[in-house]
Amino acid sequence: MGNTIHTKLFVPSELEEVRRIQDDIESGLQLKQFGDSDLFAVKLAVEEALVNAIKHGNQLDPAKKVFVQYTIDDNHFEIRIKDEGAGFDPTDLPDPTADDFLERPCGRGVMLIRSFMSSVDYVGNGNEVVMSKLKSEPDPEV
Amino acid sequence: MSRQRITVEDVGDVAVVQFVDKKILDEQNIQLIGDDLFKLVDELGRRKLLLNFSNVDFMSSAALGKLIRLDQRMKAVGGKVIMCGISKDIMQVFVLTKLDKILKIVKDEQTGLSSF
Repeated sequence: MGNTIHTKLFVPSELEEVRRIQDDIESGLQLKQFGDSDLFAVKLAVEEALVNAIKHGNQLDPAKKVFVQYTIDDNHFEIRIKDEGAGFDPTDLPDPTADDFLERPCGRGVMLIRSFMSSVDYVGNGNEVVMSKLKSEPDPEV
Repeated sequence: MSRQRITVEDVGDVAVVQFVDKKILDEQNIQLIGDDLFKLVDELGRRKLLLNFSNVDFMSSAALGKLIRLDQRMKAVGGKVIMCGISKDIMQVFVLTKLDKILKIVKDEQTGLSSF
């Protein structure tokens, strides 16, 4: 099916960068014939992780960069996203589906990342996330 | 000149909202869509909103936050928000976050119009 796609880059802490990276990843996944649900899952997880890195990690500080490295092969996508922030403890987040949390307007990003990706690891002090998605079998409904 | 992000069609006293963008994505865009939706409630006095997502194929948690706030605002003024036309993938987001328990979601526009 072809060569593995490798990309490594440092991006400014600007939310506009997210769309550009998303477009590149989407093109790569389509090239490797990932299905629509996998594309949705990866886009959602990358969106949440990059916005977290830029907004909460680097606090939109233009002097700080986000490191992004990803690979796409025929059956597997993996991405590493690292910001220059203080990090956080991913085990210390409240459950966004708990009754007293349900109506709060934020705090669902990490939960969605864990739900949609095949594996998710927060590294070091939590300012780096490594996540992957295995290509799903074709949807029998299609 | 600002770009149009939603279209609104009146069906009786229901404002049926369609989203122009397929991806309700970046923060700035979500903020502007939210502003447009809140205007319908706070400035135009609409009390029945039917949000039709049939044109939308992607949204993130930031959009969920905006929908929760809109629903809360509408309930506070005695109105109702109903959502319809949600794709299988986006529906999974609502189910996983259990927001399908607090937001009113129906299959299609016709069902939505008869659910107010």
